[in-house]
Amino acid sequence: MTDAALPRATAGEPPSLYRAVPAVLALAKLVLALATVAPLLFMLSVTFKNQNEIFTMNLIPEKPTLDNLTYVFTQVNFLRYLWNTFFVAATVTIVALFFHSMAGYALARLRFPGRDAIFLAMFSTFLVSLPVIIVPLFILVKALGLLNSYAGLIIPSIFNAFGIFLLRQFYLNVPREIEEAAVIDGAGYWRIYWSIILPLSRPMLAALAILFFLANWNAFLWPLTITSDENLRVVQVAVASFQGQYTASWNYIMAASTVVALPTVIVFIIFQRQIMESIKTSGLK
Amino acid sequence: MSEAMSRPSSTPAARKAAGFRFSARHREWIAGYLFVAPDAIGLFVFAGLPMLLALGLGFFTLDGFGGFQFSGLANYRRMFVDPLFLQSLKVTLAYVLMLVPSLYVVGLALALMVQKGSVLNAVIRSMFFLPQMVSLVVVALVWQVLLVDKIGLVPKMTGFLGLGGLSWLGDPDLALVSVVVVSVWFLMGFYMLIFLGGLQDIPREYYEAARMDGAGYFAQLRHITLPLLRPTSFFVLLVSTVAAVAGGQAFDLIYVMTKGGPANSTSLAIYYIYQQAFQYNEYGYAAAMASFLVLLLMAMTLLLFVLTRGGRFNYD
Repeated sequence: MTDAALPRATAGEPPSLYRAVPAVLALAKLVLALATVAPLLFMLSVTFKNQNEIFTMNLIPEKPTLDNLTYVFTQVNFLRYLWNTFFVAATVTIVALFFHSMAGYALARLRFPGRDAIFLAMFSTFLVSLPVIIVPLFILVKALGLLNSYAGLIIPSIFNAFGIFLLRQFYLNVPREIEEAAVIDGAGYWRIYWSIILPLSRPMLAALAILFFLANWNAFLWPLTITSDENLRVVQVAVASFQGQYTASWNYIMAASTVVALPTVIVFIIFQRQIMESIKTSGLK
Repeated sequence: MSEAMSRPSSTPAARKAAGFRFSARHREWIAGYLFVAPDAIGLFVFAGLPMLLALGLGFFTLDGFGGFQFSGLANYRRMFVDPLFLQSLKVTLAYVLMLVPSLYVVGLALALMVQKGSVLNAVIRSMFFLPQMVSLVVVALVWQVLLVDKIGLVPKMTGFLGLGGLSWLGDPDLALVSVVVVSVWFLMGFYMLIFLGGLQDIPREYYEAARMDGAGYFAQLRHITLPLLRPTSFFVLLVSTVAAVAGGQAFDLIYVMTKGGPANSTSLAIYYIYQQAFQYNEYGYAAAMASFLVLLLMAMTLLLFVLTRGGRFNYD
């Protein structure tokens, strides 16, 4: 960063060449970045192409058409799938943030026997991934009578150690004086949590809300396993099943993919700073 | 909520109001348990219990209708003579060996590339990260179109290099490589961010001192950046390996893009386990294989910890 401020071109290199290097590097970076997003641009482009144009190299369709999108929304009940996905993802996010902030607060701030053991036990489920426990989880959820239900889609997705861990970490860094004032006023734990801790953690909760919503919007394996009822279908499962039905109709499949991906990409464009910042800091600290 | 939660403090007024039933200390205990309870119970039922059940289920033969029968070690014996399971372990190992180093190198290279704060770098960072936002179902579908034999965009573009005849998803020798490339494309933005977080923590003075001593870019990389990134590197290797072996992302990609084919060349262990359970109703057998996989992962994590002396790193 200081390079620009302190010109070093004193050793006698040809200055024009020296100055050209950063420009070339910048150009190379930009080309790489464009190549990275190219597959997504291609998806968007096919969404508006006719079937006979799918494999042409031009990014802008020669005869743009809305037929593919119309097909997706009229031939299958895509609006229903979108609503199902939104409902499940939003419910999981809200309930999870509520539970995780409660647990995070208690684990960071209250003293009770077994606290560290409970935290360690919770944290160890970090290593448990869905594919590994999918068989027993399926049997368990089926035994609870939640097969083919919203509850079956929602409840098991609520609990994850990642959110608890991050919120606990956050609360450990909140100055104690803020609570102490409330304690002197005679406020109970619930009131401290509700009217002091929760408002304080708004930025953290917002970042986690985005991450949770995205993760649940994009979830595939669990909805695939736990639901077969068409009325409960979520978009990812719907798009994946499109593939079996319309093997060569890539224009329909890409149109459906665009509809599914667009909300998450828009969320990303709006909140990119928060999303990338929260992932960056979740790494090690 | 409860009485206990509403009266916590140790002020005399609060103590009097709460009566004599609980001392302030006990009220704090009860509040703590109540606050933790929803998540603790939920995590136990939907993560801990299934993990324990997975270990136990392997000893039973289950049919799809709730009937089960104790079958001892039969499931465990079966998997070591099941050529498809052994094949899936081989595929998993190959996937890990190709994916983990590639992700490390690409993630770090991207991070170094966009490390400096500038408007251009911020935009490029977002572009590298964008694939992460799209679901793996969509990722798998888009790449399937791009890789369609002969007429897909990738065969067309590699045609200039004389590689147009390659069948990226149809050739058993190539399909897993294609899956790895798509995985790297999808995941690299995430690891770029993790590396950026690590790079941020390296004090700037080190570089300034090195520059004074006349160290060039690569000397700085070798003697400052890489050694000081060791904790981040450890995290990246651990997380990417665990995700490659048992992560849902690998499953989604395989399920939509290749279905384990051609000729089982992309049938990862988690995919094979899922097939056994939900296509052939072999729940007990699937559970046995899953617990074996967990055992492998735990052994590997342990090895990684031992090799890095408990995840600790000395900086000299």
